[in-house]
Amino acid sequence: MYAVPPDPYLPEPAVVVRRRRETQDTWTLELRPASEEFCFQPGQFNMLYAFGVGEVPVSLSGPPDRRGVAVHTVRAVGAVTTALVQLRPGAVVGVRGPFGTTWPLAEAEGRDLLVVAGGIGLAPLRPVLYHVLTHRERYGRVAVLYGARTPQDLLYRVELGRWRNRLDVQVEVTVDRADHTWRGHVGVVTTLLPRAAVDPGETVALVCGPEVMMRFAAAGLERLGVPRESIYVSVERNMKCAVGLCGHCQWGPHVVCRQGPVFRYGDVGWLFRVHEV
Amino acid sequence: MKSLEEVLAEHPFFRGMKEEHIRLFAGCAAHVRFEAGAFLFREGDPADRFFLLRHGRVALEVQVPGRGPTVIQTLGEGDVVGWSWMVPPYRWAFDGRALELVRAWSFDAACIRGKAERDPSLGYELLRRLLPVVVERLQATRLQLLDVYGEGKRSVRSPA
Repeated sequence: MYAVPPDPYLPEPAVVVRRRRETQDTWTLELRPASEEFCFQPGQFNMLYAFGVGEVPVSLSGPPDRRGVAVHTVRAVGAVTTALVQLRPGAVVGVRGPFGTTWPLAEAEGRDLLVVAGGIGLAPLRPVLYHVLTHRERYGRVAVLYGARTPQDLLYRVELGRWRNRLDVQVEVTVDRADHTWRGHVGVVTTLLPRAAVDPGETVALVCGPEVMMRFAAAGLERLGVPRESIYVSVERNMKCAVGLCGHCQWGPHVVCRQGPVFRYGDVGWLFRVHEV
Repeated sequence: MKSLEEVLAEHPFFRGMKEEHIRLFAGCAAHVRFEAGAFLFREGDPADRFFLLRHGRVALEVQVPGRGPTVIQTLGEGDVVGWSWMVPPYRWAFDGRALELVRAWSFDAACIRGKAERDPSLGYELLRRLLPVVVERLQATRLQLLDVYGEGKRSVRSPA
């Protein structure tokens, strides 16, 4: 469980300190909330309010040990997100949060860790990697499998390269389509699963990406021998109030903003196969 | 020094296969090597062999007018490359290019097909091992066709 902010409905002003273009339609914003004490746990999200336009839930994607800073990677897909990615340093947004459940990093200690990300799903998992690589001695083998549409759609390319150069983490990147200049893997991210150098029975797997990808990834992980109760997914729904009252993000028996976004696959796997939930 | 049969038995494709069958495969096998950039096969050429990769990666490519060579899949160590040799008219459907130094076992298609015709248990064993590869790649291709990453809302948790 997590602590709900003192007044969860009241946005606090936050200044845009930095913005960085990740891909053609995706930007990373570094915000400095009014509260210098702002902190979060990997997996959580904030509600970001573009004044006069609207509010959206966005995962936190920065280092979890940096107090007073909120980093968000935003893909421009609608009016609010387009307004957010156009903000320049010095602009102010409203922030509510952090909200939601967290990746089970304590449970994963002493075990192998397999991170499987698809598309912009790497953003909610980046804080996990910051944490794990800072406390590398607490974990067994660590593998990161990341899939994107094309090489131009890869997030955090510099960091991916840096992580790949480490000797204590396996990083495999694949794309769905590429021209002949791409030297990496081509194929969906699930095709990388057998290449992960982890002990399946002793592995905690964290999966984030489009729902259909998570469904296939979870099935592939189970085939490899990763126990269902050791697979976690982060689910995306239309969060509005973020405190479990309005019901916008209801998903079967769950309210995603409060009981999620991170769920144990064993608890929600059946919902992935239900139409029109 | 290990015999060819012993070396083949270590490849994932042959794991658990009867020795007598591995011996039949070994009779059709050759060790091959391709430098980075070299083609293992070209689209439309006779598919007279298939490969089991021991080292390195191979890109399956198709020439797309106006776009040039487009990689549709990459295969690596332990993978099977090619099944056009099993289905008439025995022509490669794509180009296969070494992305780096590739070492592989190459199997003569006519030799294997002939042995499988004469020994149905070998043919069944072969299909039993190739079919999961075909199914797995078909499923991966279907997932690829869905263009799942393009639905694109993640980290923005609603399409607003």
